[in-house]
Amino acid sequence: MLVPALLAFVTVFGACRGVDVYAAMIKGAGEGLKTAAKILPPVIIMLSAVTLLRQSGFFELFTRLISPVLSLFGIPAETTPIILIRPFSGTGALAVVSELLTRYGANSYVGRTASVMMGSTETTFYVLAVYFGATKTGKLKKAVFAALLADFVSYVVSALAVRIFF
Amino acid sequence: MVMSYILAGMFAISAVFALLTGSAQEASAAAITGAGDAVALVISITGAICFWSGVMEVMEQSGLAGGLSRILRPIIKFLFPGAKNDDAAGKAIAENMSANLLGLGNAATPAGLRAAQRLKGRDLAMLIVINSASMQLLPTTIAAIRQSAGAANGFDIIIPVWIASICSVTAGVIAVRLLYRKDG
Repeated sequence: MLVPALLAFVTVFGACRGVDVYAAMIKGAGEGLKTAAKILPPVIIMLSAVTLLRQSGFFELFTRLISPVLSLFGIPAETTPIILIRPFSGTGALAVVSELLTRYGANSYVGRTASVMMGSTETTFYVLAVYFGATKTGKLKKAVFAALLADFVSYVVSALAVRIFF
Repeated sequence: MVMSYILAGMFAISAVFALLTGSAQEASAAAITGAGDAVALVISITGAICFWSGVMEVMEQSGLAGGLSRILRPIIKFLFPGAKNDDAAGKAIAENMSANLLGLGNAATPAGLRAAQRLKGRDLAMLIVINSASMQLLPTTIAAIRQSAGAANGFDIIIPVWIASICSVTAGVIAVRLLYRKDG
């Protein structure tokens, strides 16, 4: 019900405010096409690399090694690839989540947890680079720590929330 | 440049492991399969990306972000005590946060950078940490990927996403408060 209600609200509200809702949606959709074209090349490269890493047996070994640590926090070890790539690359994370969903299923615990992790985090190092580049204060090292802590909390809570909710 | 190292690292590790596990044959096929899967993936979510971009354009033109900014004002006063007497900074932060909530990435960054120019110390760290955590109300891209991967409704994970986002932003805010205690 959420999506239909939102669509009704946004379009009726827009029309009442005198916005040419139809033209705006067409314009936005056109821009979406550009976004899709822009993410395609990086997704191709990243998904090739991720599929190769999976095939090589690296994920399997790494997952087994890190599993005891992650299980302390209730995080399924199968989500390690997304935890590794998420702070660095949005399209890379997209590729990883897609690979996990194909492998374990969209309705599996791993698939759902990976989706929630993806949806509740940002490309942290990219954001930090943009803001650090624009400001020239040196006293921001602690901000990096806070940002990574926020990511870690999101991963732990993602796994927990999926377990409770589904 | 960081991404180049990551990519080179991924390929180097793959090569070593493929050699060790004797799966060079399958690994060669895997890279090309991945490239093809990527095209299928992006095509399958392009409709959703376009559709939601359209909805977001309506939100932007109708000033929904502006309305949301006003609601956020008290929260911003609480989070950014140093910006209390700087109306321009407060406005830019509000614009940045409401654009983030609505998923208007193109509007969020310029507003955020405008705010960053006017902030310092703890307030600046707070702005950066809040931006590096996610506050998007509608996780549209991940919903589209879920639906194309066989979920009955891609948005079925929305409540866990909200819970995880709120906890993560809260953790970031508390961390900044504690780490920058001396900055007042």
